[in-house]
Amino acid sequence: MSKVRVLVGTRKGAFVLTSDGKRKDWQVSGPHFAGWEMYHVKGSPVDPNRIYASQCSGWFGQVIQRSNDGGQTWEPVGNKFAYEGVPGTHQWYDGTAHPWEFKRVWHLEPSLTDPDTVYAGIEDAAIFRTTDGGQNWNELAGLREHGSGPRWQPGAGGMCLHTIILDPSDPQRMFIAISAAGAFRTDDGGKTWKPINQGLRSQYIPDPNAEVGHCVHHVAMHPSRPGTLYMQKHWDVMRSDNAGDLWHEVSGNLPTDFGFVIDVHAHEPETIYVVPIKSDSEHFPLDGKLQVFRSRTGGNEWEPLTKGLPQSDCYVNVLRDAMAVDSLDKCGVYFGTTGGQVYASPDAGDTWAPIVRDLPAVLSVEVQTLP
Amino acid sequence: MTQQRQIRVELPQHLRNLAQVKGEVALTVEGAVTQRSVLDALEARYPMLCGTIRDHDTQQRRPFLRFFACEEDLSHESPDAPLPEAIATAAEPLLIIGAIAGG
Repeated sequence: MSKVRVLVGTRKGAFVLTSDGKRKDWQVSGPHFAGWEMYHVKGSPVDPNRIYASQCSGWFGQVIQRSNDGGQTWEPVGNKFAYEGVPGTHQWYDGTAHPWEFKRVWHLEPSLTDPDTVYAGIEDAAIFRTTDGGQNWNELAGLREHGSGPRWQPGAGGMCLHTIILDPSDPQRMFIAISAAGAFRTDDGGKTWKPINQGLRSQYIPDPNAEVGHCVHHVAMHPSRPGTLYMQKHWDVMRSDNAGDLWHEVSGNLPTDFGFVIDVHAHEPETIYVVPIKSDSEHFPLDGKLQVFRSRTGGNEWEPLTKGLPQSDCYVNVLRDAMAVDSLDKCGVYFGTTGGQVYASPDAGDTWAPIVRDLPAVLSVEVQTLP
Repeated sequence: MTQQRQIRVELPQHLRNLAQVKGEVALTVEGAVTQRSVLDALEARYPMLCGTIRDHDTQQRRPFLRFFACEEDLSHESPDAPLPEAIATAAEPLLIIGAIAGG
């Protein structure tokens, strides 16, 4: 029988949640790296027992951990993230020039084909790659040196590169997203990058239609349709059907189109999920009701999913990397909250139940479907 | 012949966990016993601590860490200044302390 392993990063440690294919009874392991901020924990698609974790602290900086046994034991690997050359400046919150400085790793994206190759998205925004299992990290500097860097600026969480999507049909193509610069694509394995923000409109930058400066919160793709991308922007849910060359809004009937997470059903590429958040100044659900919204039409037409979720007095947030899906049938959907709950739906969102209720604030959720 | 000294270092809990040590760390330092030579010896013995106490490249102390010894704050001393004799003779440990900053 298949199993699922949910990898949860929190403000004070990492947790590994496991269950059988019914996804009803769960075992909780953790906290791993107790007391540290665990921004992201993700397994290799080609070797599920190989897991990488970003561990960081305001006191002690960045550590990268690697497990070869599915998260039971860990070993620290390389933690040196040095920008290529002189990194220059980006915009600070007040528009002044501010030097690029490494702060932390937000996202780790293991290669689709090699367990020793991993991409890291960091703050201040840049993308790094290791090809030796995390011992050494080298910047793919073509992104930061694209030329628009001086116009990038931090969002409230910092100037982070938080999304990395590898195209399963084209090993040379990757997508990344930065708050607040926007989305970028490479078609040559990371040597050169182009902004893919046409169609985005953001009122909080001087030119709402600018090439860069958009606060993209997350991007998702279904592997069977790598040309179709879904985006939760600061405000607006967006869709592109040409690999990001042009976006159009699909917020439709959402009660608010601010939010952080977005994800795609494992077997239905037109079924997508978001968690609407009231506004950029009130980071909690509308009216204290935690609702996932599902669209079965690739956007525009959305239905609220509430069964099993708190429908009163709920004022948590769901952060950008804190939603994931498994590939069982029916598709499981998972998300974590800043209140420390991790909710699971074993039926594609129809019903929900908390796996855990009282973890530290959840920063990230990933799921592995195991044989 | 360069003199070798046995010295003692006390790490904060999170770094003890990271290095998988309990209690104090005993180290052998060659030559003058300074912040730099102690940290060089510490990082050589426990490479997972590289970057967690001082910057990989600049070797500057991370801003939320302090170095105490013999009831003195040595955080702002030169990294190449000799540490107190009590450290060099292992009568006292060098304390690496996380600044009290809550959270």
